[in-house]
Amino acid sequence: MSSRPRRRRATLVLKGVSKSYGSGDIAVRALRDIDLVVERGDFVAVMGSSGSGKSTLMNLIGCLDAPTEGRYLLEGIDVSQLDDFELAFIRNRKIGFVFQSYNLVPRTSALRNVELPLVYARVPKHERRQLAEDALVAVGVGDRMHHLPSELSGGQQQRVAIARAIVTEPAIVLGDEPTGNLDSVSGTEVMQIFSRLNVAGRTIVMITHEADIAEYAKRVIHLVDGRIDSDRRTAPVHALPPKLAADDVARTGSG
Amino acid sequence: MSVAEAFRMAVQGVLSNRLRSLLTMLGITIGVAAVIILVAVGHGSAVAVSNRIEALGTNVVTIQPGGFGFGRGSGGFRSSFTQLTTKDVKALEDPTAAPDILSVTPVVNGSVTATYGSASYSPSQFLGTTPSYEEARKSPVEAGTFITQADESTHARVVVLGETVVLNLFGRADPLGQTIKLNGTSFTVEGVLVPKGTNGIQDQDDIAIAPLTTTQDLITGVSSGLSQIIIEAKSSHQVNAAQNEATTILTPTHSSNGTANFRVLNQASLLATSSSTNHVFTVLLAAVAAISLLVGGIGVMNIMLVTVTERTREIGIRKALGARRADILGQFLTESVLLSVCGGVLGVAAGLVGSEFKIVGVQPVVESYSVLLALAVGIAVGLFFGIYPANRAASLRPIEALRYE
Repeated sequence: MSSRPRRRRATLVLKGVSKSYGSGDIAVRALRDIDLVVERGDFVAVMGSSGSGKSTLMNLIGCLDAPTEGRYLLEGIDVSQLDDFELAFIRNRKIGFVFQSYNLVPRTSALRNVELPLVYARVPKHERRQLAEDALVAVGVGDRMHHLPSELSGGQQQRVAIARAIVTEPAIVLGDEPTGNLDSVSGTEVMQIFSRLNVAGRTIVMITHEADIAEYAKRVIHLVDGRIDSDRRTAPVHALPPKLAADDVARTGSG
Repeated sequence: MSVAEAFRMAVQGVLSNRLRSLLTMLGITIGVAAVIILVAVGHGSAVAVSNRIEALGTNVVTIQPGGFGFGRGSGGFRSSFTQLTTKDVKALEDPTAAPDILSVTPVVNGSVTATYGSASYSPSQFLGTTPSYEEARKSPVEAGTFITQADESTHARVVVLGETVVLNLFGRADPLGQTIKLNGTSFTVEGVLVPKGTNGIQDQDDIAIAPLTTTQDLITGVSSGLSQIIIEAKSSHQVNAAQNEATTILTPTHSSNGTANFRVLNQASLLATSSSTNHVFTVLLAAVAAISLLVGGIGVMNIMLVTVTERTREIGIRKALGARRADILGQFLTESVLLSVCGGVLGVAAGLVGSEFKIVGVQPVVESYSVLLALAVGIAVGLFFGIYPANRAASLRPIEALRYE
């Protein structure tokens, strides 16, 4: 690993990353030569039409898939060199996923869902419960802990999913169209939660195709045909998120 | 992930589709119960046979007339030379030539029709014998007395009856002291035997016993010889010695061209033969039952494959949250073992309950090893047939599993 200080600050570094599916003439190149550095504390929105490669990029960053070419460093660890066992560890400790369709484990209570990553991290039962309860309270569903996913609204399910994503204190929270299945009120609430997480220092990368959702981020990247078409910074890395609600600003300021 | 967590997830998996889990368990339940019951039936019939043989007396050697050249039973050709006689009995009773022999009991078989008032009955066994029969054949009397030495010497016209004969002639009336006619001759009922019940082949209580002397006088005739001689050894260790002594004593007078004209039946060897036959029978039954256990195991595998397919997305979520291969493998393997353990325990219960009932005339006797074995094999089946589905679940690639609809 490099010892240069600049790289140590970056949460993730993609260098010349490409991903193709299939081979030969029928090969589909989903990503072409992506170079991307995301610093700690940043809030990045990745935009693009369907087929632009944003989902592929998400899967690579989330260690669900490996790049065909190039290097991917997550907190200085070269993820492309890891085996299945180590990747599971990285997904467990370094990454928190928030999916468009919530992806809560069915027939399993909200609390138990949030406990799951801790179960796989071998956190003792008592401690695990406390952490999970704290996370649920933090996203505002502390009163729904013992409900099953089927008993929760979409917005509530997504909040539980966010609690599950942050309970392990990951290096990066990945949102895959986190508001895609939500009405505008719930969507706004979820984006406010993301903004507050960012204020608390959490690095966030989310993909979206909605411009108004992208406005919550500090940096907006457009993908076109598997390449970065534009990379626009809308707020400094260490500033507050641009659309953090006024009452939240006040609370953050006083806190 | 700890074993407790894997167990918790497995329980949840089993409970999430109760009917299906129950039906899957049923396969294992039936298999385990079948093994337990069928082994119990095999063992029960073995116990019944050995009880039957032991009821005849375990320290006992039986000598019957006839050798290989003479066929079996009374139908074969018999010269007077081959007949067993009271002289042979005297020779066998010699304590110097036969130190291991406790008692020698001559027996003649006859067939009679008994009448009492208007009732008439033909016992399936009628025999004339001496007082030592009671001890040698373990046929004590329930009421009255057995044939006595005095009865023998006075040629008394007395008879001891089995319960079946009593019921047929007297109904519920007390037979003791009553006079019945055997083939037209009057006999006084002197005793009633303790009921032995059926031995699976014949009713052991369908019997009438009279003194040997009287029987030879009035029923069979003196010249017909003895049907058998029962020799009781002094202890179970001396049975073989007693048998050898009897053979040595009888061979000079009962052989032609070097071939003995009598047969010696040793109850112990009979017991050994029957138990080995029963062992084969039991193993065969267990093998048939084991097949149903195997079928149950395939049922578990089938359902686990369906479960894995149904829960592909859940597996994807778990992997995205950091579940390792071993975590997923453990979860689904525990689930299939849980199904088979529950099925197995239910099967043990069903097997034990089922073994309480008589099955085709045999009272099953549960063998503890069969219970443990059936349960262990049931669980092993769940483990074995769970490996493939669980491995399939663990091998799913998270990105594809997450995309699965």
